[in-house]
Amino acid sequence: MTQLALVIDLNVCVGCHACVTSCKSWNTSGWAGPMPDKNPYDEDPSGVFFNRVQTYEVGTYPNTETVHFPKSCLHCEDPPCVPVCPTGASYKRKDNGVVLVDYDKCIGCKYCSWACPYGAREFDENNKVMKKCTLCIDRITDLTLPESERKPSCVLACPTSARIFGDVHDPDSEASVAIRELGGYPLQPEWGTKPANHYLPRRKQKIHISEDELVRADNPLRKEDELPYDPGETLDDVAW
Amino acid sequence: MHPAFSVIFLTTLIGVGQGLFLALFTGQIYSLAHLLPDQSSETFYGVGSALALLFLIAGLGASFFHLGHPERAWRAATMWRTSWLSREVIVLPIFMALVFFYGLAHYMQWSQPILVVSDTMPVDWTLLLGVAGSVVAFVLFVCTAMIYASLKFLEEWHTYLTVVNYTLLGLASGFMLAAAFSAFMQIDLVAFYGTWAVIFTLIATVTRSASLIRNKNLRHKHSMASAIGVRHQTIRQIAQGFMGGSFNTREFFHHRSPFFIRMVKVTFLFFTFPLPIALIIAGYMGESSVLPIAAFVVQYLGLIAERWYFFAEAKHPQNLYYQNMA
Repeated sequence: MTQLALVIDLNVCVGCHACVTSCKSWNTSGWAGPMPDKNPYDEDPSGVFFNRVQTYEVGTYPNTETVHFPKSCLHCEDPPCVPVCPTGASYKRKDNGVVLVDYDKCIGCKYCSWACPYGAREFDENNKVMKKCTLCIDRITDLTLPESERKPSCVLACPTSARIFGDVHDPDSEASVAIRELGGYPLQPEWGTKPANHYLPRRKQKIHISEDELVRADNPLRKEDELPYDPGETLDDVAW
Repeated sequence: MHPAFSVIFLTTLIGVGQGLFLALFTGQIYSLAHLLPDQSSETFYGVGSALALLFLIAGLGASFFHLGHPERAWRAATMWRTSWLSREVIVLPIFMALVFFYGLAHYMQWSQPILVVSDTMPVDWTLLLGVAGSVVAFVLFVCTAMIYASLKFLEEWHTYLTVVNYTLLGLASGFMLAAAFSAFMQIDLVAFYGTWAVIFTLIATVTRSASLIRNKNLRHKHSMASAIGVRHQTIRQIAQGFMGGSFNTREFFHHRSPFFIRMVKVTFLFFTFPLPIALIIAGYMGESSVLPIAAFVVQYLGLIAERWYFFAEAKHPQNLYYQNMA
């Protein structure tokens, strides 16, 4: 079985919001759109987004670290939002594991959003239906696109390649390898939702150098210089 | 959570309707056992069932205001295998139909026995419909409460006490309305229904207090560390990703001060429990026909506050991601 997902590298994300804008730009006029805004240039603006980049400060000054944290639907393997839907509008695709909403069946009761601990669903007040990240289902399943473009809009837009798209059930996919080798983790694992999207942690590269490695203990001159050693003529210098 | 009045009115109004129906049928059973005198099938059971139906229709009507697409509401009956909301959508109309036919059977006096059990107990249509309606009324209490109790990460709701409280508060307010109805129609059942209403209200006081104490001592499973997956005790949100509002900042917050919340709690604890009990007892002592009605009205107002608090109290884990604008 295939389970498509994103692996987001928090070590690389710079919080530029390119994924947010490219997501909205692609999806508002695509299969999953529109994503309407209310008062976009006025007081108290509001709008529908499938993807948000948030920023957190970890620790207390001066020992702080800034974490930019992109958040979209995690396409859970056991999605709590799907069984609660009374109409079957909320569903998980059997062939690739993407969680979607059928806008023609949605009655706008918002119960699925209550059932999502991640706040991944946003209600469209104009069309009165629930909307959410589709993993750009209209791109990734479009066989007319070249394979390099069969990826979600956010992945293609990311300038630092912080987003990896792939099948997390295929152990050899780039996404699976990244999760396995770089310590990928799911969000709020305590609820047993088994999110398909994973996050790669912040990683600090450190090497340990001890004092005697800086000043060579076995250096006869006690300083770094060329050795006063003349090897004399070697076999190489002999002219044959 | 943001308390939506459509849902508050839905749950409280149908609770009253279910309770009133159960009260009417309890009266019929007592009459059948010759513990109470027989009541008029037209003015008591007929009008009483119509009143219960009125509350159920009002509740159903309120629920439509919660929907973005009410014209598609019929679709909500499809996923009954997995969704408690879907089950409620199926059970509520069945219950309304049973209440309607129960009232109709009484009003048309279809009281000829269809069969007689052990030569002593005549079974007619009203009894059969009453039994069926009573079973479905309890099923409906469970369906309504399980919509909230089944959401495991809304830990304030995820307890059997939610089902117990919805059932007991529905019974208490329904029997209170039965007492008020009897007082209004000058039927000699005010003391009978009043006693049951007081009993249910007292038990509900215990169970609702138990859920308040449970939720006060609740240690949430979710934390900032598991929300973003960074193992640190001090994590502060600097930006939630946008400067304005969004569905996430509106739907899951009550946007009220702690003082306001505390006042709602005090109000509902006073209006739902001690005040109606005092009023109904005073009505019994003074043989007043107004005080039982006042008792019901006061308890219903208390229930609106109770349900408002029930929603406001629940802390949704998604709020961890929406704490600071910028």
